[in-house]
Amino acid sequence: MAFKIITSQCTQCGACEFECPSAAIRFKGETYIIDPQKCTECEGTFDTQQCASVCPVPKTCVPA
Amino acid sequence: MSTPMISLESLTGATSFDQLLATAKSGGCSSSSCGSSAKPDDMDPAVWERIKDHPCYSEEAHHYFARMHVAVAPACNIQCNYCNRKYDCANESRPGVVSEKLTPDQALRKVIAVANEVPQLSVLGIAGPGDACYDWRKAKATFEQVAREIPDIKLCISTNGLALPDHADELADMNVDHVTITINMVDPQIGAKIYPWIFYGHRRYTGVEAARILHERQMLGLEMLTARGILTKINSVMIPGVNDEHLVEVNKWVKERGAFLHNVMPLISDPAHGTHYGLTGQRGPKAMELKALQDKLEGGAKLMRHCRQCRADAVGLLGEDRGQEFTLDQIPEEVSYDAQKREAYREVVARERGDHFAAKSEAIEVVKAASASGLLLVAVATKGGGRVNEHFGHAKEFQVYEASPKGISFVGHRKVEQYCLGGWGEDAALDGVIAALEGIDIVMCAKIGECPKDQLTEAGIRATDAYGHEYIETAIGTLYAAEFGIEPLAATA
Repeated sequence: MAFKIITSQCTQCGACEFECPSAAIRFKGETYIIDPQKCTECEGTFDTQQCASVCPVPKTCVPA
Repeated sequence: MSTPMISLESLTGATSFDQLLATAKSGGCSSSSCGSSAKPDDMDPAVWERIKDHPCYSEEAHHYFARMHVAVAPACNIQCNYCNRKYDCANESRPGVVSEKLTPDQALRKVIAVANEVPQLSVLGIAGPGDACYDWRKAKATFEQVAREIPDIKLCISTNGLALPDHADELADMNVDHVTITINMVDPQIGAKIYPWIFYGHRRYTGVEAARILHERQMLGLEMLTARGILTKINSVMIPGVNDEHLVEVNKWVKERGAFLHNVMPLISDPAHGTHYGLTGQRGPKAMELKALQDKLEGGAKLMRHCRQCRADAVGLLGEDRGQEFTLDQIPEEVSYDAQKREAYREVVARERGDHFAAKSEAIEVVKAASASGLLLVAVATKGGGRVNEHFGHAKEFQVYEASPKGISFVGHRKVEQYCLGGWGEDAALDGVIAALEGIDIVMCAKIGECPKDQLTEAGIRATDAYGHEYIETAIGTLYAAEFGIEPLAATA
């Protein structure tokens, strides 16, 4: 149960990184990645996934 | 008065540093004791001190001083229909576009490199490419680092306002003296046509609800800045059929809340940019439509008319962009700030602009004294210093001045493709220049060939290079007097 980022569409704005309540997102190489071990899909913390809610590009931050 | 005491061009060109310093130290009296102040009569001296070197807050300053933006804040908390967040490009010139994003450390290196090379530099701004108040940690770290190295640089930020109330106190503490808020509406029904969504309080809002929250935060942010004595500029994008008439209302609201300047900018909506407006065929306003709205807003919050809608990584005077000279790969790993070049430039400008102001006042009196009712729109080719000093074929833009019984005022600019590249003129480019000069009566430049001059005349636009290197206002005053058959003031005094 985790989210992932579609690298080819990502603008590397980094908003998801600081909105993530689980510190599951980091910049690696040329792109942001979500650590599936840490991602909780924001369950119990927020009503919606923070990364997907703030992402400026549709269908870029999606269920893995 | 018509020839420069010291050429500003010699200071900003490829002059050696020793020459620069020698020039600055020559020329007689010191800046504080000579020449009249360039301060407009109706302005509080304390406010003038804060804006006189800021090219965006003072039209007068934009002939002399340069700004730079560092693209350290790519994250944004709203979506606007005129913005496409995927668009990074080296050649586009519009807000929100950059060719590379920077970390605060990289930004510091770039600011020092530019300060050492561009003596006109007076302002460091953070204008995204996302939202500087939302991507706050990086914006703050950048300001703190730069302020330590270059204490006299003005710090400036621009924001959509949603996260602004969270940082108003910190902005005041950090001496960020100038804040721009983009406000396109004060009616959420209209806002819903401009903003598809916002991200606020850990969730996404859409429609009228989103626009209402944004509106409330913008007004609160503006009020908080006014209460803290920070100067504010309100940017509004003019979107024909959506908010053009409504901007009259926006102007009233922001004036009531203490906004210092209101900057109405035309929507840019090329389909190639991939923005919602671009893709759905929403058009931007024509130059004369924009001017008509700006004229209608006169008397409300003071208008900025010299905005060039620059990129989030622009460097240089407002009409030029030297950003491509300062990409990271061209900047050494280790740089140290050398204040002498900027200081020398300031000394010379302080002297020159006193002279310019006297010339300008005199020219305005000439125009007012002519009891004519005529109105002239003059397009001027200039490369800075407030003079008619650019060749027609080399101009990338023309500054537009209006001369009327009320005086002479800067009313806008027209961007053009350079007509002359590599020594000869391009006919296709000339057609574009002529189209861009719609509504202009006379073009003034340092030099123009017979061929383009004739083609302009055919299009109903006169061109002259008779006033090359004069102050812009002096040239316009003389022209106005000649045009309407009045003797210059000096002859009657």
